[in-house]
Amino acid sequence: MISETAVPNTTNAKAPSVAVETVPKTRKFDQRYVAPIIVTCLLIASQSQFGVLNLKFTLSAIFTAIVCEIVLSKITTGKFPHLASAYISGISVGILIHTQFFWPFMVCAAISITSKYVLRWQGRHLWNPSNFGICAMLILAHENTATLMQQWDNRNYAIYLIWLVGAFTIYRLKRFHICATYIAAFLFYAFVRARFSPLGLMGGESLLNAFWAEAGPITGPMYQLFIFFMITDPKTTVGTKRGQMIVAFAVATMEMLIRTLANNAGAFADTNFYSFIINLGIHAPYFSLFLAGPLANVLEIAGRKAAIKIVVVESPSTVSAA
Amino acid sequence: MRENAVSRYGLAFEEVSLQAGVDFEHQAPKLDQKLAPIMPQIASMGAGVAVCDFDRDGWDDFYATNSAVGSQNRLYRNRHDGTFEDVAAKLGVADLNRQGSGASMGAVWGDYDNDGWDDLLIYKWGKPELWHNEAGKSFQNVTDKANLPRWVNANNAIWFDYDRDGKLDIFIGGYYREDIDLWNLKSTDIMPESFEYAQNGGRKYLLRGRGDGTFEDVTKQAGLESRRWALGAVAGDFRGTGYPDLVIANDYGITEFFANTKGHFQEIGRQVGIGFAPKSGMNACAGDVLNTGTQAIYISNITEPNILNQRNNLWVPREGLKAGNVRYDNLADNMGVGDGGWSFGAVFGDFNNDGAQDLYCTNGFISADRQKTYWYDYSKITGANTAIIRDAKNWPAMNGNSLSGFQTKRLWLNDSLGSFKEVAQNIGVTDKFDGRAAVTADLWNRGTLDLIVANQEGPLLIYKNSVTPEHKWIQFDLRGQGSNRDAIGAAVTLFWDGKKQLQTITGGEGFCAQKMHRLHFGLGKTAKLEKAIVRWPSGAVQTVTNLKTNAINSITEAGKAAPVSTGGKQSV
Repeated sequence: MISETAVPNTTNAKAPSVAVETVPKTRKFDQRYVAPIIVTCLLIASQSQFGVLNLKFTLSAIFTAIVCEIVLSKITTGKFPHLASAYISGISVGILIHTQFFWPFMVCAAISITSKYVLRWQGRHLWNPSNFGICAMLILAHENTATLMQQWDNRNYAIYLIWLVGAFTIYRLKRFHICATYIAAFLFYAFVRARFSPLGLMGGESLLNAFWAEAGPITGPMYQLFIFFMITDPKTTVGTKRGQMIVAFAVATMEMLIRTLANNAGAFADTNFYSFIINLGIHAPYFSLFLAGPLANVLEIAGRKAAIKIVVVESPSTVSAA
Repeated sequence: MRENAVSRYGLAFEEVSLQAGVDFEHQAPKLDQKLAPIMPQIASMGAGVAVCDFDRDGWDDFYATNSAVGSQNRLYRNRHDGTFEDVAAKLGVADLNRQGSGASMGAVWGDYDNDGWDDLLIYKWGKPELWHNEAGKSFQNVTDKANLPRWVNANNAIWFDYDRDGKLDIFIGGYYREDIDLWNLKSTDIMPESFEYAQNGGRKYLLRGRGDGTFEDVTKQAGLESRRWALGAVAGDFRGTGYPDLVIANDYGITEFFANTKGHFQEIGRQVGIGFAPKSGMNACAGDVLNTGTQAIYISNITEPNILNQRNNLWVPREGLKAGNVRYDNLADNMGVGDGGWSFGAVFGDFNNDGAQDLYCTNGFISADRQKTYWYDYSKITGANTAIIRDAKNWPAMNGNSLSGFQTKRLWLNDSLGSFKEVAQNIGVTDKFDGRAAVTADLWNRGTLDLIVANQEGPLLIYKNSVTPEHKWIQFDLRGQGSNRDAIGAAVTLFWDGKKQLQTITGGEGFCAQKMHRLHFGLGKTAKLEKAIVRWPSGAVQTVTNLKTNAINSITEAGKAAPVSTGGKQSV
């Protein structure tokens, strides 16, 4: 999920496959390797400093993702795919999934890649692949799968590192408006949740403490990764700048709904539903992207279809030229 | 059920605390009201237990700590008839949780003046206290003379002889900073700066014993400085140098391995492999799990399905390295002891006397509302920036919710071939209290390891063990002469039936715990004893051959093994 960012689309209708599959004839550096290189560097830095990953598991996820990509691409298009996207899907799964078994890594990677080929509409996949895979595992195999609550430390230098790498990436992609929108919306919603919490209703210093508790997640390194590398994923966001900001706002809004439910989960008498809500809340960013992202894509595709129909009615020659 | 368990697993436990006259119930401290919203989290420790035959009648007694202001610690004297009497008040070691003096967190026994009677060190969130054992008849408070630190928020302390001078020294590991009085907070900036690499905890203390009841703070010159959040510690000669190394399990961080070179420590956790991935270390204990004559180290952490998958660590030393070198691999999941829940104290012991070291691990953090969990709120704070998490006021209120509460305990039986099987529910270990300290002791001198478990805000439990009589055993009661009299640090390698197993006498290990002084070896069905090699803390090596099974074998340093009757029914 992290690493699909900045990889040119190979399965998205927005980017014609002919253009993507064409191998550059010059010796110019293939931009499709930028994201895998950045994410690999982050992984190496994380591993050397924090040692939180099991490399065998991560490699199994990468291997599975690549094999699935090759097989499914051959079956569906008959072509050998560019492997950057699968590589970073695998690496994302390796970073974000935590379990003592091999199989969740492999299954999650397989689900992620398969979702790209199966869950499509109008030639475009709807979910961020690894986001879909992780959410599927959290729901279907929750006894054997956890995500990382803790990683990268809570201190500032990890944030500085992520901001450095993230800013470079986002600068290249010209997508900082997505990050800014999400941050502003999250902080606003954190204030709203804090204001109406028992502590926040007391006002004064208590409101500030309640706000910090609600805003806490976005101040840590894991959310910096989410902000820079997940919600900015070009393959699963809409095309226009305004649309992208709306999607970022929608993801934050979805997260607000999930967190509000989790904050008030005690009101639900049914223990299974209570556990479900708590589960959603603990993994709020994953599920908010899981829910809001495809919805935005569907709306955009539907909007384009409607626009095309209008254009067809008004000027068929214009459409065929496009 | 018990008969089935014995025939199937070779043992069965029965909880008998009330029948044994032990009605101890731990009370948590009530700290500064500024901490009220998260009080259950802060005041979540203090149930400790330490075993010792303090009156030298040959029967194990034990001391249990309480933590609320005004609550009484207990010293349970073994009556030899299956029951215990609390003699703490009579002997002067009950009323130690007085207003302003802090709360007891645990205790360890050690004969600091080598007079033959084990003395009692109580560590607290407060001023540690040292009580001299007056021939088992009373205790005298010698804290002021001892030169102990003024205030330590400690959750572990051990006795060991780090410089091998024959006099016991003290290690105390701080948790909260020592300038924090948790009852009178000047600031709520008391929490860890990181959930993974926090180094704003309490300092460590290495107190060199002079043998006369006074101690010298040698922490700095010995190289034992650290401000990680220590919860468990175990000492042992893990590198084969003759000097005891020190392993510290740290909450909010990595485990530290302090290599001891002639009395000077160097932290080499990364080099030996155990100080790399940060977790929530609660417990450190050692056991020879593969009968190789080396000790693995068990560190307990947190595992909560779907949320946090730290897993416990079993650090097994690689074979074939040169003396002085050690390198560990975490084989906890390979061997089946990785998932302990929200684990706390653990203890190795051959519970079914089959010749392999089994493992008990207690767990459960906060059992409050059975239906409601704090995990969602906890997830908000664990991912936050250091500026937020270090202030307790920013932590979401617990509101009566549980946090990994009501957990089932783990008892793993070792097949000695590298695989453990979890059988706790099948053999009668069925409680779901919030366990903290766990120790083994042969409370009725039957040649079996019983379990004592101290629970936070819960009853102290005694699990009486019934072991198949087919399995033989042997115990060693060691007394040092050139070494410290308790022989703390002495290692016995027992050879039998072509097998060997190493055990070490420790002055406290696990979490807020000290197991019985005697070393207990299960031998299996056909036990042909060959020899026992004793490596004393002084460096002397003694080989003993005239060993007796199903008996307590007393060995005095530089003397011959002399099986003696020490009060046990089956002793010889």
